[in-house]
Amino acid sequence: MPEQNIIVINGNEFSFELGDTILEVARRNSIDVPTLCHLKGTTPTGACRVCVVEVEGARSLVASCATPAAAGMVVRTESTKVIAARRMVLQLLLSSGNHNCAVSGSAGQNWTEFQLKVQQEEQSAELCPVWGDCKLQDLAFRYQVTAERFSPSQTPYPMETVNPFIVRDFSRCIQCGRCVQACNEVQVNQAIHYGYRGTATKIIAAGDRPYIESDCVFCGECVQVCPVGALVEKDARYRVRPWETKKIHTTCTYCGVGCQLYLHVKDNEVVKVSGVPDVAPNYGSLCVKGRFSYNFINSPDRLTTPLIKENGQFREASWEEALDLVARRLGEIKAEYGPDSIGVLASARITNEENYIAQKFTRAVLQTNSVDHCARL
Amino acid sequence: MTNTIGCIEKADVILITGSNTTENHPVLSSFVKRAVTRKGTKLIVIDPRRIKITRYADKWLRPNLGSDVAWINGMMHVIIKEELYARQYVESRTVGFDEVKAVVEKYTPDYVEAITGIAAQDIIDGARLYAGAARGSILYCMGITQHTTGTDNVKSLANLAMLCGNLGIEGGGVNPLRGQNNVQGACDMGSLPDVYTGYQKVIDPAARQKMAAAWGVDELPDKPGLKVTQMIPAAYEGKLKALYIIGENPLVSDPDLNHCEASFKKLDFLVVQDLFLTETSRTADVVLPSACWAEKNGTFANTERRVQRVRKAVNPPGEAKSDWQIICEIATRMGYPMTYESSRQIMEEIAQVTPSYAGITYDRIEHEGIHWPCPTPEHPGTPILHREQFSSGKGVFNGIEYIPPAEHADEDYPMYLTTGRLLFQYHTGTMTMRTKGLNEIAPECFVEIAPQDARKYEVQEGAFVDIASRRGSIRARIKVSRKAVAGTIFIPFHYAQAAANRLTNAALDPISGIPEYKVCAVKLSKAA
Repeated sequence: MPEQNIIVINGNEFSFELGDTILEVARRNSIDVPTLCHLKGTTPTGACRVCVVEVEGARSLVASCATPAAAGMVVRTESTKVIAARRMVLQLLLSSGNHNCAVSGSAGQNWTEFQLKVQQEEQSAELCPVWGDCKLQDLAFRYQVTAERFSPSQTPYPMETVNPFIVRDFSRCIQCGRCVQACNEVQVNQAIHYGYRGTATKIIAAGDRPYIESDCVFCGECVQVCPVGALVEKDARYRVRPWETKKIHTTCTYCGVGCQLYLHVKDNEVVKVSGVPDVAPNYGSLCVKGRFSYNFINSPDRLTTPLIKENGQFREASWEEALDLVARRLGEIKAEYGPDSIGVLASARITNEENYIAQKFTRAVLQTNSVDHCARL
Repeated sequence: MTNTIGCIEKADVILITGSNTTENHPVLSSFVKRAVTRKGTKLIVIDPRRIKITRYADKWLRPNLGSDVAWINGMMHVIIKEELYARQYVESRTVGFDEVKAVVEKYTPDYVEAITGIAAQDIIDGARLYAGAARGSILYCMGITQHTTGTDNVKSLANLAMLCGNLGIEGGGVNPLRGQNNVQGACDMGSLPDVYTGYQKVIDPAARQKMAAAWGVDELPDKPGLKVTQMIPAAYEGKLKALYIIGENPLVSDPDLNHCEASFKKLDFLVVQDLFLTETSRTADVVLPSACWAEKNGTFANTERRVQRVRKAVNPPGEAKSDWQIICEIATRMGYPMTYESSRQIMEEIAQVTPSYAGITYDRIEHEGIHWPCPTPEHPGTPILHREQFSSGKGVFNGIEYIPPAEHADEDYPMYLTTGRLLFQYHTGTMTMRTKGLNEIAPECFVEIAPQDARKYEVQEGAFVDIASRRGSIRARIKVSRKAVAGTIFIPFHYAQAAANRLTNAALDPISGIPEYKVCAVKLSKAA
């Protein structure tokens, strides 16, 4: 019976498949239920309570990410009760740590004191490193809350900066557990877990050691999924603000998996890399090379001009001169020794279009089939 | 890959061999790890080293280096003997079963144990596990191909997959993991000495005529050219006078480097187009500065044959240009004008002359790539090959006998060396070694050695040792590791300062021309 697979959300009927959560049905129908801890494709944890909704007949609000849709269920996603609960959750999260963005509150007397304290800890005069790129900040704005309702609490755990790629700032961690899910259920590197209990809870690696001493392989999946400023790329921290960059969708240049990634560009320089979510083949995941090894692009060692060797030494040359020389010498050698005296090594590193041009040149111009590349090597 | 990366999670059993998946294809390895940890997929790993993916394996078999044909034949022996094979599939979709059956007859588990070092019972268990699943996916990499019997190894894996009806189905396949971003595309585009784009053969007069007409030339050469591993010896012999290298660093990546260097010195003219002054471009007569991938438009084809966009994000430094622009300018100067407005225009020409790319346009792959073959603009692409039938009709079994590697450990060179990559570096390091963080984690070459060998040779962790083969020697630090099997050391080939390829053997597979990087004989001594 079709009626059995109908759920009512905000007064509208929607069909669902057995096993769908309320959140999945809502999202599929463009109903915006906010989430923080929810990570697509992983086991729901229901940890943050931001996605709570009201279900008629239920004794309390339920986490929509972890509650299966049931026939005849009547759900409200933005009722007064729901909004009040979300505001409370957000207020608690905002008061837990160094959330020193403007939404944290400005009317309170200790605002200046708080800012100064954070700035001293950070050794930076700027606001939070993910200002403008933070789900908690977005939600605080959406639900118009500040941190002032509860007295601020602080983490006892110092920031970890000893690895080359990722800064772990426990003062901004809201313990949503997305990083734990990403590490264990998406990349399955099984390097990070929840540690300790209660107010002492901490996301730990290898029995609470730095990433560099753990099984962490620096894929950076945890950074990509962190909704706040607890996990940030070391090189981009405070250096890159999202409104200063443009994102270019391209394909990774390392192995043959062909991960889809965004190059974040600021002033003609790639300053950060992230995975393109929800697109094959990698669905947002990257590895340490794809995510963190982009410095070569802007390396001062890059060749910027043609070089010609004379008496064993390179000297800079113009394109005209270098190209004339190459064309002349290849022509001479072809004329003197025949086309098969010349070989071309195209490359598994360059584009299809460039390989096409390279083999066309070899065959049509040099008149030899001696073109190959490093497939075997 | 015959199948897609996403397909891996649909398998009931995954067999990985000759692939250090977590280090060389980290993102793809998570598809395997997810299947195992979250879906209960069985995993068989066949690899001499205790690589990380073995942690996830239900069954890990540890073969002697270069004994792949033997264990594959052994598994097929068991599968045929116990009638675990896909009889109907074999009858309706393949030919040559009797031939392979006859060959594997003598590869009993005991016989195979003697060759491979894998216990007879493990061969039996592995065979049952693979054949017992409805959908079996085989993943392999250079540990299978970089042997003098590389072609035999690959054909043997295809035999095994066909025997169990695993080709042409979702969650199945024989899946080579390509190690470089566009190695698939370079092959597709005809950067090979015997084929044009889409594997159209240069010896085929019709293909030759078609390409000559498309390119506006009277004729094209009709005999296959030299493979890279033949060009180097040809240079040594003085037959190859000039070499034009684009974005490669053979003076670190090629086998038997000492010989390779000597060969390069004999060239009359060497042009190298690269991002950097590398070990190779330093020896060139002319160096031309290229734009890197972030500085140009185009496409790459990934390991699952998916053609994906590459987009320009930043301007190239100084006067550096895209490789295609440079080549076109040289061609024009040599009397053959080549001008294109853009990479998009080149792709339009590729589609015209390449049946498998005929339906691929930039517009179609704007958001997500398409798997070739894609013969028409309406065709959705082909994620899984050989679905209804094999591209050549019936799947052909090849009976293949085991042949040992070219070089053996002996009194003078008593250990085996195998080479490969690390997670934290890439190929010859021209790109990754410019990332400080990666160099902090993987700063230098090392010799991975089993604890029992370290005791035998009385070498400590971190101590320098000299490793020598018949072709050269290098010095590097000892890294005692349980990854290594006794009698075999592993050295990553990334590091020019202690290049593993000074040691490797340039013995080639007779068909593919691939060198035997994965096996050679060496000796180890404490550094003086």
